Amino acid sequence: MATASIPVELPELTRDELARYSRHLILPEVGEEGQRKLKAARVLCVGTGGLGSPLALYLAAAGVGTLGLVDFDVVDASNLQRQIIHSTADIGRKKLDSAAEKLTALNPALNVVKHETMLSSANAFEILKDYDVIADGTDNFPTRYLVNDACVLLGKPNAYGSIFRFEGQASVFATEEGPCYRCLYPEPPPPGLVPSCAEGGVLGILPGLVGVIQATEVIKLILGKGTPLIGRLLLVDSLNMRFRELKLRKNPECPVCGEHPTVTKLIDYQQFCGIAPATHEESSVKNGIPQITVTELKRRIDSGEDFLLLDVREPFEYQIANLGGKLIPQNDVPKRLDEIDRERPVVVHCKAGGRSQKIAEFLKQQGYNDVVNVAGGITAWSDQVDPKVPKY
Amino acid sequence: MTIFIPTPLRQFAAGKDALEVNAATVAGALDELTKTYPDLRKHLFSGERKLRAFVNVYLNDEDVRYLPEKEATAVKEGDTLSIIPSIAGGC
Repeated sequence: MATASIPVELPELTRDELARYSRHLILPEVGEEGQRKLKAARVLCVGTGGLGSPLALYLAAAGVGTLGLVDFDVVDASNLQRQIIHSTADIGRKKLDSAAEKLTALNPALNVVKHETMLSSANAFEILKDYDVIADGTDNFPTRYLVNDACVLLGKPNAYGSIFRFEGQASVFATEEGPCYRCLYPEPPPPGLVPSCAEGGVLGILPGLVGVIQATEVIKLILGKGTPLIGRLLLVDSLNMRFRELKLRKNPECPVCGEHPTVTKLIDYQQFCGIAPATHEESSVKNGIPQITVTELKRRIDSGEDFLLLDVREPFEYQIANLGGKLIPQNDVPKRLDEIDRERPVVVHCKAGGRSQKIAEFLKQQGYNDVVNVAGGITAWSDQVDPKVPKY
Repeated sequence: MTIFIPTPLRQFAAGKDALEVNAATVAGALDELTKTYPDLRKHLFSGERKLRAFVNVYLNDEDVRYLPEKEATAVKEGDTLSIIPSIAGGC
C-alpha cells in the first residue's frame, strides 16, 4: 500500500482537537491514530487558485498539521467565480496572504508555510523536500512536468488534478510502484494547442470537484487507507456528469521513472515545452511575427495609420468588449481570407495574444507580408490603455 | 462503436463530443473518424500517421499502446474508444 512517509512518533491530540475531529475519530479508518497522522502530515499545495482553493480548505479542515502554499499571484476579480478561498475584499491582495488568512480562520492550529515564488528548477527541490505529499494544482505544462519530475526524483507522491472547460483529470503519480505523469504523457502538446483557463474558459464548479478529489487522495495517502488513484486516471465530465476511469501503466521506458532514466535532475521545462525564453529581443519577434504592445497599437490608431485591425476572438467575446476591429473568429479565418486585404498591414489581436499569434503565423504562411500580433491582447489594453474596456 | 472526442479537439469535429463508427480495428475506427473530420488528422497524427505523444487513445479502459496488437486490435459493437489529450489547467 502506498503511504506518505509520516514520522513514527505521532503528536498527541489536544482536548480541543478531540472535540473538533470527533467525526473522524469515530471512523475506524481514521480513528485517533489516523487523526494524529494527519496532524503530523506536511502537504504542499502548488497553486492557490481553482484547484488549490478547495484542496487547501478541506485539508485545513481535516486537521492536516502543516500546509505549504506556493503562489506569486494577486487576487483578480475574474478569479472569484471559482477560487473560493478568496473573497471580493481580497481583490488586489496576494493570494498567499488571502489564502493563509482563510485557512487559519478555519483552523487556528494549522501551520501555514507561504512560498511566495514561482516554482522553478532552481528552487523546486528546496521547497518540496520538507513535505510528505505534493498536490499539483498549477495551470501550465512546464510546471506540471517540473512538479512530476521533482516528485519522482525526491520519491514523494503527487496528488494530481487538472481541468479544462467542463472536463477534469485526476490521478496519483510518482509513488514507488505507480506510474508518473510522463508515463501518461511523455511529451507536452505544442504551445497554443490547448488553451489555458483564461483563454478557454472553465466552469466554476469544476475545480471544486477535481480539487476535492485531490484532497481525498492526499488524506488517503496520509492515512494509508483505501485504494488511492495510483495507476488510474479518473476523468470527470461535468457537462454530462460522467465519471470514467482509465488504466495507467508504469512505462518501463519512462525517461524519469523508468528502468533506465535519462532525466536524473531537473531540466529547463520552458524549453522542454517548446516555450522560448522571454528575453527582450525574442519577445519583440515571436516565430517570425513582430509583437507590438497595446500602447503601440494605441499610438498607431491615434496617428491615423492605415492598417486592418483583425479580431480573431468569438462573437460572444466581441459583444463583451471590443476595440472596433474586424471580427473573424480564428477558425473562420482560413475560409474568409478574401475579406483580408493583402495590400494593407494586418494587426491581429485576441483576448491575451495566444490565438492572434497563431493566426498571424497562419496569415504569414498564406503570403501576407505585413502582419503583427498585439501582445497581451484586449486584456492588456484594458490594463494599460483604457480600463473602461471590460476584462472578462 | 463509439469514439469519444475530448473538449480541446471538438472544435475540429464540428463541436461533436462523440461519433458512432463501424470499423474492424482501432486503426480503422480512427481512420473513419479522421475521414469524417479531416481537420482532426493533424492533431492526432504526426507525419507518418503515428499517434502524437501527447494524445492517448484508450480502447475501453486500456491504453492502446499497451495492447499486444496495438492499433491493429479488433474492435466490436459496444466498445468505446477515448481520445485523451493532456490538459494542464488548474487556475
